[in-house]
Amino acid sequence: MRRHVNAHARTAIGAVLATCLLVLAIPVQAAGDAAAGQALYQAKCGGCHSLEANRIGPAHRGVVGRKIASAPGFAYSPAIRKLTGIWTTARLDQWLQGPQKMAPGSKMYLNVPDQTQRANIIAWLAANPAKR
Amino acid sequence: MTDTFDPISLGRRALFRTGGMAAAGLGLASLGAPLMAAPKHTMHKKSSAMEGDIGVLQGALALEHEGIAAYRIAGGSGLLSKGVLDVALVFLGHHQGHRDSLAKLISEAGGKPVEPKSDAEYIKALNIASLKSEGDVVKFAAGLEQGAANAYVGQVAALQDHQLAHLFAQLGTDEAVHWAILNNAAGGSIAKAPYLFG
Repeated sequence: MRRHVNAHARTAIGAVLATCLLVLAIPVQAAGDAAAGQALYQAKCGGCHSLEANRIGPAHRGVVGRKIASAPGFAYSPAIRKLTGIWTTARLDQWLQGPQKMAPGSKMYLNVPDQTQRANIIAWLAANPAKR
Repeated sequence: MTDTFDPISLGRRALFRTGGMAAAGLGLASLGAPLMAAPKHTMHKKSSAMEGDIGVLQGALALEHEGIAAYRIAGGSGLLSKGVLDVALVFLGHHQGHRDSLAKLISEAGGKPVEPKSDAEYIKALNIASLKSEGDVVKFAAGLEQGAANAYVGQVAALQDHQLAHLFAQLGTDEAVHWAILNNAAGGSIAKAPYLFG
């Protein structure tokens, strides 16, 4: 009996692991319109950010799913270094609503109040994963 | 670098012919004032509310450093014709004026103004080596100016001090004028919806 239960448990764990691996293998997708997000990104974020290079703010390629404050070579503020975890689309949405609420004293002050614009910008970021 | 600005002669120059925008001269008329007539904004020593404002000012100063480097490096690339170069130098002068105002305010408030990066860092970060023609440079500059205008307008709400909010409105509108001229010269379109920045 115990052997039977263990077999079931192993099967269940295997299924969960397989699902996790499948999720990890699928590119991150966000709900917004990435094409519209590209233009918005250039217009609203392009003063300080680009995909490939650290400028006033850190490089954004691969930011969705990336550990917070981990763009190589960028000098982050102590405020943002205090945050833990990764940039999910939900956390990016929260960030764009008010970076100073999420990390008071960070270098970014610009908000994107419009929900659709935020979703589109995040979709564009998600469409630009880290290069392998 | 030019110290004065002649909107009439500038209006005849190639930048605007290539963009096919005769109306560009309308936007230039307002730029006839001396380039370095810095607005009289003041900041007092640090208060808690000013801490955040200093952070915003430091970001703005970093933005101006980058803009100055972009105009200076692209301007010295040999890709620009004289007419376009003259306009670029006018815009460079505006950015230098912005830089000076921002650095002064930060110092007055007890902060240490952020320093510019090296030219090599700007060239790499902005991918300036990829610019191969005058058209490339104009389009590149238009993108930077659009981003800067949005950055200024988008940060006004974060400022505690009304005088600084006024300064950011001035900075943002300067950048918006730059963008409008460059965007037209590059043959770019303009959004149909209102509220182009912010």
